[in-house]
Amino acid sequence: MAEVALTGVGKVYPDGTRAVTDLNLTIADGEFLVLVGPSGCGKTTALRMVAGLEEISEGRVTIGDRVVNRVPSRDRDIAMVFQSYALYPHLSVRDNIGFGLSLRKMPKAEIRERVERAAGILGLVEHLDRKPRNLSGGQRQRVAMARAIVREPQAFLMDEPLSNLDAKLRVQTRAEIARIQRDLGVTTIYVTHDQTEAMTLGDRVAVMKKGELQQVAPPQELYDRPANLFVAGFIGSPAMNLVQGTLTGDAANPRLEVGGQTLTLPPEVLADRPDLAGYLGRDLVVGVRPEDMEDAGLADAPAGAGQSDPGPGRTLTSTVELVEAMGSDVLVHFAIEAAQVVTEDTRELARDAGTDVREAQRTDLIGRFSPRTRVKVGDPVTISVDTGRLHFFDIDTGASVWGTGAAPSGKDEA
Amino acid sequence: MSTADRTDTVEPAERDDDGANGNGAAGSPRRGFAARATARLGGGLAQALLALVALFWLVPTLGLLVASLRSNADNNAGGWWQVFTKPSQLSFSSYSALLDKPDFVDSFWNTILITVPTTVLVVVIASLAAYAFAWMEFPGRDWLFLLVVALLVVPVQVALLPVAKLYGKIDFGGFQMFGSIAGVVLFHVAFGLPFAIFLLRNFFAAIPRDLLEAARMDGGSEWTIFRRVIFPLGGPAIASLGIFQFLWVWNDLLVSLVFAGTDSQPMTKWLQSQMRQFTGNIDILAPGAFLSLIIPLVVFFAFQRYFVQGVLAGSVK
Repeated sequence: MAEVALTGVGKVYPDGTRAVTDLNLTIADGEFLVLVGPSGCGKTTALRMVAGLEEISEGRVTIGDRVVNRVPSRDRDIAMVFQSYALYPHLSVRDNIGFGLSLRKMPKAEIRERVERAAGILGLVEHLDRKPRNLSGGQRQRVAMARAIVREPQAFLMDEPLSNLDAKLRVQTRAEIARIQRDLGVTTIYVTHDQTEAMTLGDRVAVMKKGELQQVAPPQELYDRPANLFVAGFIGSPAMNLVQGTLTGDAANPRLEVGGQTLTLPPEVLADRPDLAGYLGRDLVVGVRPEDMEDAGLADAPAGAGQSDPGPGRTLTSTVELVEAMGSDVLVHFAIEAAQVVTEDTRELARDAGTDVREAQRTDLIGRFSPRTRVKVGDPVTISVDTGRLHFFDIDTGASVWGTGAAPSGKDEA
Repeated sequence: MSTADRTDTVEPAERDDDGANGNGAAGSPRRGFAARATARLGGGLAQALLALVALFWLVPTLGLLVASLRSNADNNAGGWWQVFTKPSQLSFSSYSALLDKPDFVDSFWNTILITVPTTVLVVVIASLAAYAFAWMEFPGRDWLFLLVVALLVVPVQVALLPVAKLYGKIDFGGFQMFGSIAGVVLFHVAFGLPFAIFLLRNFFAAIPRDLLEAARMDGGSEWTIFRRVIFPLGGPAIASLGIFQFLWVWNDLLVSLVFAGTDSQPMTKWLQSQMRQFTGNIDILAPGAFLSLIIPLVVFFAFQRYFVQGVLAGSVK
């Protein structure tokens, strides 16, 4: 078990394509770090550089106290779980799990014992003599896990290990991975494009975009205090609503103009964000999490929405366009006449979601309402907004607006 | 972005099973009696026709076998089909006479001494080279591979004379390359390698990269990966290459005519030397030809199951 550190790591392919830029990350001994980002963001390349499967063009990777830039994979003492599992088809499950041990010339009896222990942890004991082709997808995934843990390596690297499983199995296996990692206490780097996996698994989550690290923080902090538009839009499902707005009023009495409607901001919003005062009278990007909006028509709107009696300046009005009942809550889609946020970050987010952003004077929002709401498609609706929990971003840089007083955890602790 | 949005992958194992069952069911979905009857009749007819063609193709071989079991006098007196009316003609006397000829037995051993080392050398060298071409990074790799592919089109005939001249000059303290078994083997290996490397390289390149990387992470050196992952997975390709190579060299006449001496000649060359223009010595040619035919057949049937084995099923995904 060891600390893994990346210092100024970059990757440039021979054809000049740059996959990773100046990546600084320190994964503490025993920590579970999730690298997340849309496809093509360089997260897998970063992982493969740690694994030694990809040459490190710039910077330094250390495992424990050892710089491993020039150390071949086989001598790095790390284990990897591949997205495709990469099980040896000609070997039984037992030999698959024990392959690495037998290459290290471990005595047969010890291999047997360790393989059986690992198989026990993952519930594979009765499958030990089968071939991978006779296993289900979930079992193959577990064999791949067993092959990693049996080696008792310095660190685990996992490259989207759940993406070939169906949804139900994925949730199950996710919990299992979390449990095993906690029990073994092995430093783990886990790559995924799925923000749910990132949030549920990681001690800390590192969000990447186009080869650059955007933010590293514990999941909740990432959710509550995203460093920029990209992180804000990427973490959370449904995603944070982003609209253009204008900050008006004065420091004692700030207001937000959004699509011809006015929201009153509580004074502590400015107190928490000293830099926000500088945006008075200017356009900025406003972010609202779906759960910070509620049907104002519900007499006892829950505390989650901020206030039981939304006064004037705490509500938006619109027309319901779509209602998705999830059981525990209801997702309500509506639009307001505010300009779409079109920045490089939102374009990247849209690309990842398989859609497109266009300049428009109308923005679709999603609110997560209490299941007791009675709104129907086509109804006019008044939405109470928890104005104390809004997010603000610079419209040009996309950076979150905070200020020296309460600086969010920066790009990296390193 | 959410997990639920992504389409779930079907597990290949299940798909395979469904496919097997599904095909059978899909073959006859609610068709009329006439249609089904025609299909069955058509199937039977087609099979009968194919069997007929196969039998027709086997006639010369059957003739050879029968001729090898008749005496020279009987063969000169009439065609092999007379055996159907006079089965008493059959005897193994030609075989025992042939096996008593020391020069035939020598040529039989020479064939084995040429074919087996050639096949082994080609398979070993080609699989190592193919691994390097498929999976190792080195400067000029692609150009070198192109060169190997280009060598595929060089006909053996154009190389016969230059190589013969070259062999004539090689003389290691009395050991002369020309006319030696080693010379024949060397020539066969050289001309077998381009195709062998080409075939194996393409097969190895289709092995999922993840498998090699997993082996590398598990602590494997290039040599270990080759020996414990690539070689076993390449089984079908290596087996087919081995069979082909064996057959080509076993049946070769041209190369041995040029390079083999009288004490290093294989069976094909010896049999050729027994051909007479007018008088028939069928009692030597027929059993000799049949013996030279039966061993490749045995080799083929021994390894043919590897042709169709899908070893890669279930490795990734």
